[in-house]
Amino acid sequence: MKNQNNEPINNEPAVVIQDLHKSFGRQKVLNGIALTVARGETVVVLGRSGTGKSVLLKLLIGLQKPDSGSIRIQGQEMTTLQFKELNQVRKKIGFLFQQAALYDSLSVEENVSFPLDRNSDLSSAERKEQVRTLLATVGMDQHGKKLPSQISGGMQKRVGLARALALEPEIMLFDEPTAGLDPITAGEINQLILGLQEKRKITSIVVTHDIRGARTVSDRLVLLKEGNIVAEGTFEEIKKNQDPFVAKFLSID
Amino acid sequence: MMVYLIVFMVAMAFSSSTVILSDRLTNPFVVVKDSMIAFFEWIGDLIIFCGRLARVALVPPHEGRELLRQLEAVGPKSFMLVALAGAATGVVLSLQTRDSLTRLGAASLLPTVIVFSLIKETGPIITGLIVSGRVGAGIGAELGSMRVTEQIDAMEASAIDPYKYLVWTRVLACVLMLPLLTLAADFFGILGGWATSAFMAPVSLRLFLENGFKTLDFHDFLPSTFKTVIFGFIIGIVASFQGMRTKGGTEGVGRSATSSVVLCSLFIILADVLLVRIIQVLFP
Repeated sequence: MKNQNNEPINNEPAVVIQDLHKSFGRQKVLNGIALTVARGETVVVLGRSGTGKSVLLKLLIGLQKPDSGSIRIQGQEMTTLQFKELNQVRKKIGFLFQQAALYDSLSVEENVSFPLDRNSDLSSAERKEQVRTLLATVGMDQHGKKLPSQISGGMQKRVGLARALALEPEIMLFDEPTAGLDPITAGEINQLILGLQEKRKITSIVVTHDIRGARTVSDRLVLLKEGNIVAEGTFEEIKKNQDPFVAKFLSID
Repeated sequence: MMVYLIVFMVAMAFSSSTVILSDRLTNPFVVVKDSMIAFFEWIGDLIIFCGRLARVALVPPHEGRELLRQLEAVGPKSFMLVALAGAATGVVLSLQTRDSLTRLGAASLLPTVIVFSLIKETGPIITGLIVSGRVGAGIGAELGSMRVTEQIDAMEASAIDPYKYLVWTRVLACVLMLPLLTLAADFFGILGGWATSAFMAPVSLRLFLENGFKTLDFHDFLPSTFKTVIFGFIIGIVASFQGMRTKGGTEGVGRSATSSVVLCSLFIILADVLLVRIIQVLFP
């Protein structure tokens, strides 16, 4: 059996992380993390600022190299891949950055079209149609001609999401998707993430501080402390955890 | 030749390290140690940067639209500045040289001296320095702010090589535009020189040019103009490199813009020393 890119489908989990270590100078950020994410599952990673949550996402997509350990994406070891092969895997992964990271010299439409123009076999007309559909999915189809500086933070996140979805990824990485947004906009973004799970069956890893959002979108939660996973399970399971740190972290809800 | 090379390397070491460490001038031993480490890191990173750029530069598909945007940003948008600087240099050369030549009783050589001086040295170096300031700072700041706002990460995450899209287009634009801008500086410099001469003692432009270009041949003109290709390369590479390795938020962006200008200007002056000597050896 083969997928749409004519690659054999394997039954490996979407993401398997084993004994992952990462330090910056003397500061240990990740200290032997192990995590498995099944296909179609949404895992939320919680933890205090500076506990390496964003670093974990960047390691997963190969933007940073781990000191040691293994990361397998759909069975493919990421840490040893050459540049070309790495890019092939990256096409299967979408990344929504904390500040959306839209290209500020390009319009909203051009931002979404940017990965399509370079990494898809679609014709020009098909690409335009795809951009329109993606922008409609996130409710931004009326703002295609605007520059990122002319739209609000919430809108930028939506466009960032549309851009991340452009190559129809099988895995989505969200770096604090609701940070800096008002509760209503944050709720809308969470609904978009839920929609992706239901309609596209995308595997997601969401790094967030938004406990309420985490409860809404997660199948499973992981709590990081000092570079280690200290709690793992569904929201209800973690809620029952007696560890003072875990209890304090979730008491915000 | 070796002496020049050693001077060039030492100056590079000093400049690259001082710019990076200028905010940590405390204990002299620590400064020397940190400077040496920073220098070798800088050189190592630069070699890796150039290697990565060389690997993607000529591989299709090419980023034609972005290249055009960069050509416009470097060329037409620097034109007025370069033309003005060229004209001002021509005027100053004319004013200063007239005085010296008159004292030596060789006032008739004025057009030759102005044309020679502008085409062989002043035009290229003025263009290099002006473009370093305008374009070097621009590239350093733009790529720096793209780095700190994760736009470059976003590009890599969607399997697009920023070295191809952002860096190579900027390097190529600088390389292609520098010789053309140099011609503009030469042209307006000569025009400025003539206008000033004509103001002091009436002389027709035709006569001025005939006298000026009488002893000039292609060996004088071509190597001097095309050495600016190297200047363009230096500006593109150094400014992009400083921009791409930006760290530390908006403060880091400011540092990248400043260090881009400082390093580009310095390396252009140092490279000019080598290039002038090489040209003298190859085109005697």
